[in-house]
Amino acid sequence: MCFMAAKCGAVSSNALFHLKGRDAGRVMLKLIARRLMVAIPTVFIIIVLSFLIIKMAPGGPFDAEAEIDPEILANLERAYYLDRPIWEQFWRYFTNLLQGDFGQSFIFRDRSVADIIIQGFPVSAQIGLWAIFIGAFGGIALGIIAALRKNSFVDYGVMTVAMTGIAVPTFVTAPTMALVFGLYLGLLPISGWGGGALPNMILPIAALALPKIGVIARITRGGMLEVLRANYVRTARSKGLRESIVIWRHTLRAGLTPVVSYLGPAIAGVMTGSVVIEQIFGLPGIGRSFVEGAVNRDYPVVMGITILYATLIIIMNLIVDLSYRLLDPRVEMSK
Amino acid sequence: MTVAGLDNDKAAAGAKPDAGGDSRSPARRAFDRFMRNKSAVAGLIIIGLMTVTSIFVPILSPKDIQTVSWEYVLSPPSLETGYWFGTDVNGRDLFVRTFYAGRISLAIGLLATAIAFMIGVIYGSISGYFGGALDSFMMRVCDVLYALPTLFFIIILVTVLGAKNIFIVFMCIGAVEWLTMARIVRGQTLSVKQKEYVEAAKAIGLPTSKILARYIVPNVTSAVIVYVTLLIPVNILIESYLSFLGLGVQEPLTSWGLLISQGSVEMENAPWLLFFPALFLTVTLFAFNFIGDGLRDALDPKDR
Repeated sequence: MCFMAAKCGAVSSNALFHLKGRDAGRVMLKLIARRLMVAIPTVFIIIVLSFLIIKMAPGGPFDAEAEIDPEILANLERAYYLDRPIWEQFWRYFTNLLQGDFGQSFIFRDRSVADIIIQGFPVSAQIGLWAIFIGAFGGIALGIIAALRKNSFVDYGVMTVAMTGIAVPTFVTAPTMALVFGLYLGLLPISGWGGGALPNMILPIAALALPKIGVIARITRGGMLEVLRANYVRTARSKGLRESIVIWRHTLRAGLTPVVSYLGPAIAGVMTGSVVIEQIFGLPGIGRSFVEGAVNRDYPVVMGITILYATLIIIMNLIVDLSYRLLDPRVEMSK
Repeated sequence: MTVAGLDNDKAAAGAKPDAGGDSRSPARRAFDRFMRNKSAVAGLIIIGLMTVTSIFVPILSPKDIQTVSWEYVLSPPSLETGYWFGTDVNGRDLFVRTFYAGRISLAIGLLATAIAFMIGVIYGSISGYFGGALDSFMMRVCDVLYALPTLFFIIILVTVLGAKNIFIVFMCIGAVEWLTMARIVRGQTLSVKQKEYVEAAKAIGLPTSKILARYIVPNVTSAVIVYVTLLIPVNILIESYLSFLGLGVQEPLTSWGLLISQGSVEMENAPWLLFFPALFLTVTLFAFNFIGDGLRDALDPKDR
């Protein structure tokens, strides 16, 4: 948090706030361009890295219990270009990737990685976005209440709940909730996607949202406390503004910047699926495909999902970076 | 013969409010502040008890982790049978198993953190001390690795390295979790290297490796203490996730994550199999978080 504050604290005269119309737009475009110059090579490096790591792995996808005839194995390897030099394999993979072709699953011969992602991603994204939405609203509300009543009974109560949300892992809360609401009370289905039926989504979303509420409440409280101590807030109060105006107009925007920087990567994180939640509730999302892929050494699936995820995170960080500058005009634009 | 700051009882008894003109050293003041934080001290006691019991469980209990009794399969917790936490599908004592699992979970949490700490401190101090092109290259490497999701990255490493043993598990966690540590250390190094004593060390011609080892590293590690404490529960949690997914600790060894995974399968018939390991894991995570928060407040009291 303090690093965050240090970053915001870098007061600059060249701020978006003072720029008008076209100037601000040009600065923004320049910034986007500069960020993309970093982001695109990063994605490329990640593609190379995950390709290399997986190539280094001992054991191939065709290591079966039964011995495969060497001739058949050779044919299989030829079919997947595994007999070519590694740079050629990479180039083939990379050029296909640019055309949206993530390759073929080694295990499910009839499905391409793109198919698996296209089928799984909506499931993961739906669950994840709902969870982060609930987490953000709940967390910000709780965090603000706690910050305004600092060191009171309410504050301790909220922070205890937040701490519980963070410390109790999802693979404990999820089965517990399934046990209580599914088996004992019989209110909700405990497993399966049901074609996206609402009752099937409630438990996974709740299990995923709880820790988010906790984390966001803590970040919000910290950010708000930092800002409430600021001189300009004291000025606002001393000139007799109503407390509600001080909070809503003066404190909130700056106080929530740390939350924004948390939300970006977090959205990418939940969108690609909580591996554990999908496993517990038997949801056909890409988190589960990833674990299955890892267990079965289904390299194309693992790589495809990793690359998708990393790209999403980088895009989200870019968005956060830009919205940061809109929220906090002190952040240097030209950096 | 007591060194100031090490004598717990005296510190707790002699704790007085921070006031101007306080003659205590900064370290002593931080220590006193920590000892007055009830939840942090409670956390410390819980971790202490948990560690001691886990280490000595083979001596304390006549039953082994694999001792099977067919008369008591899925027997609920009871004081009469002597199975305080009940038994699992194979009639193994859950009480004993929970503490054996604690050994593995705590050990992996600590070792993974130690590895992350070592990599982070070495990487961060080198990057910060040399600066320039090397620094920006090393930091770009960090940025790239940051874009890879932690759990994904660890799962890939664990599967790629094949053997699912404890060694691989904690090495992989440690090998991924050092990034933030390196950034904090680098930031500290940038300010420490400006200090006069570093200047002096350079002037008397000390080799760079010695300057790093003697003057930079000892002075930057204090900045990451809070982060290290908070990383331990994170790593315990990651180990549990891996074991839960079947990618971490394997039978016949066991960890809290593995017990919880087995418990969640049986939760309809035997909820205690889920309850006790989950309780132990959660209490441990809480305790470490309280200690970390207590340390932060003690070292940087401006938020109080």
